[in-house]
Amino acid sequence: MDLTEGTFEEKQGRAKKMMLWFGIISLIMSFAGWTSAFVVSSSRPDWLKDFQLPNAFVISTIIILISSVTFILAKRALKIGNRQETSLWLVVTFVLGIVFIAYQFLGFQQIIDLGYNFTGPTSNVTMSYIYLIAVVHILHVVVGLICLLVVIFNHFKHKYNAARMLGVELAATFWHFIDALWVYLFLFLYFIR
Amino acid sequence: MSAHADTHAHDDHGHHHKETFVTKYIFSQDHKMIAKQYLITGTIMGVIGVLMSMMFRMQIAWPEEPNVLFEALLGKWAPDGVMDADIYLALVTIHGTIMVFFVLTAGLSGTFSNLLIPLQIGARDMASGFLNMISYWLFFLSSIIMVISLFVEAGPAAAGWTIYPPLSALPMAQGGSGMGMTLWLVSMAIFIASSLLGSLNYIVTVLNLRTKGMSMTRLPLTIWAFFITAVIGVVSFPVLLSAALLLIMDRSFGTSFFLSDIFIQGEVLHYQGGSPVLFEHLFWFLGHPEVYIVILPAMGLVSEIMASNSRKPIFGYRAMIASILAIAFLSTIVWGHHMFISGMNPFLGSVFTFTTLLIAIPSAVKAFNWITTLWKGNLQMNPAMLFSIGFVSTFITGGLTGIILGDSALDINVHDTYFVVAHFHLVMGISALYGMFAGIYHWYPKMFGRMLNKNLGYIHFWVTAVCAYGVFFPMHFIGMAGLPRRYYTNSNFPLFDDLANVNVIITIFALVGGVVQIVYLYNFFMSIFYGKKATQNPWSATTLEWTTPVEHIHGNWPGEIPHVYRWAYDYSKPGHDTDFVPQTVPLKEGEEELQH
Repeated sequence: MDLTEGTFEEKQGRAKKMMLWFGIISLIMSFAGWTSAFVVSSSRPDWLKDFQLPNAFVISTIIILISSVTFILAKRALKIGNRQETSLWLVVTFVLGIVFIAYQFLGFQQIIDLGYNFTGPTSNVTMSYIYLIAVVHILHVVVGLICLLVVIFNHFKHKYNAARMLGVELAATFWHFIDALWVYLFLFLYFIR
Repeated sequence: MSAHADTHAHDDHGHHHKETFVTKYIFSQDHKMIAKQYLITGTIMGVIGVLMSMMFRMQIAWPEEPNVLFEALLGKWAPDGVMDADIYLALVTIHGTIMVFFVLTAGLSGTFSNLLIPLQIGARDMASGFLNMISYWLFFLSSIIMVISLFVEAGPAAAGWTIYPPLSALPMAQGGSGMGMTLWLVSMAIFIASSLLGSLNYIVTVLNLRTKGMSMTRLPLTIWAFFITAVIGVVSFPVLLSAALLLIMDRSFGTSFFLSDIFIQGEVLHYQGGSPVLFEHLFWFLGHPEVYIVILPAMGLVSEIMASNSRKPIFGYRAMIASILAIAFLSTIVWGHHMFISGMNPFLGSVFTFTTLLIAIPSAVKAFNWITTLWKGNLQMNPAMLFSIGFVSTFITGGLTGIILGDSALDINVHDTYFVVAHFHLVMGISALYGMFAGIYHWYPKMFGRMLNKNLGYIHFWVTAVCAYGVFFPMHFIGMAGLPRRYYTNSNFPLFDDLANVNVIITIFALVGGVVQIVYLYNFFMSIFYGKKATQNPWSATTLEWTTPVEHIHGNWPGEIPHVYRWAYDYSKPGHDTDFVPQTVPLKEGEEELQH
């Protein structure tokens, strides 16, 4: 593909999409930093070897996977020009995002019920990592929700159609990224002890 | 402005708005103005950084002697004019931080990536002018916070620029570990955000906004260097942010990621089980690529300036690109060589030795290609060229000691001595600074439309060059003699008494070298207003930036963006009347594009 070709708008659109992808690479690197710190720390004597991830995390994983599907449905509806269906799926995605965060906090509650706080004398470094990684991920979900809110707002203002949907595509890419990121983190925390 | 708006109205957005003072000079989205903003902010930070080094050099040369300068500049930190030990550490720390991040990362990359990427690839502006503006203002904000941290009651951060815990993690560890360290972390977090936004912009601009005909193998080496630098930045800076977040958790929320059982001021702290070595790993995963973030742009600038001033094509264009890529890749797998004495497994140490020594290969390829570019060239010895040659000299000198330090068996003997200080100052500090100066002398006419004074440039170069070697050559010897770095005074160690005179000589060179930068600053700021007016292509160079008008216009080219027909280094090509053929000149009938 010759990237020197194309009109100014095409080049700009391509540039914005690529910018998001490189941004995602940098976010992946920061999570790689935390997960590798997790691996390195697992040789510590006070490391918990037999912890159970809270059930709420399993449910939240399923929820965020579904939210990716609903976002895809929203995009598909937008492409065929079905405005009402687009609105429906966008709002459903947004709600699922909120529910995901709620379940994450429920998960924190379950960890606390096990007797581990984030910090202080009742804390353990394994659980501190899990809290930290999950909270930073939640921050990214919040950013995704803000993007989604902008998309929903623009959608109600009739800004998108099948030919003009760069904003939706960018938001969708980011949403799928935070979805995939959580699935990775969940599997990582589940399998790496 | 409107005269040429119709010719490219379809691809220009900036022209509809009227420019006010604020949108033109302050919240500008124009890459050329942002480049100048970066340069001037970087210069101011550089003056602060150099002043600090001059002060702590005076302390090392004349330990614990009263000094009027200390009294004037340090105030309560120099009771009776004698420098306080705490502020000495703080000065070393902030000098390192400012020079590495604010001058040689933001000042160098920020200035020249912004100035040259759109101009040399044939784009109207960066992919996102808005993010570019945000990037600069975040940098500005982080600079302000870093400067503010100097005035904190208990002193600025003093844990060294590498901020190893526990000094950085326990607010009560030393004076600078409190508010000073907090502000350091805040400043650097903002700096990282700025750097990431900038890098993302550079990457996608280079990939997407090239003009027709500007294939990747026709790009000037400057662009390749900026591009790869930005990629390294995107990959490595986030890891520092990860480490910083864990550090902040330890500092403020009482977790034990990096902290272990610690007894401080008669009190046992609750931390347990953590290890500062984990921080070292995370820090140096950024820290080592950071060295290349500093040096690669300088390499790109030097390659371009050398080809243009030797009136010869750059030697081994593809080898130059390949070596940039190789350096970028290797830079991410060598961080362990900073930690040979941290108690790592000796086998792991030898792995890092191996990968580290591999970097000598692409580095040598580059040094060889610069020398062969000069070989039998029609050398134009202007200040930019002198600084470029100076760059090659210091890069080789500093690089050779890198081979010694990269070898774990040898490194252990000179670890944390002045040998290390000499090595990295020559290979990344002075070299990158030379690259930056070379770039400024070369592209000043593009930035300000006027020329810098040549004679002042010669004075600047020769005094700087003599002083730089005068400072850092002797440091190798006192380092090998065992003098440790970062010590406030060595007068308590009779072992080092013989080295005191060497330290005096080093300091004198440092002071002269620091003061002579006034010549440069005078030249820089006076020439903005009184310099000789520049012609459109003062160095008879081939690249696209010299086809734009001298007076800056938004969108760079009036009318259409020129197309590109050849690579960037058609100097002294047979069959042409001039000794340079701009990239915009189509190939003549029967002319072949050079197989570079």
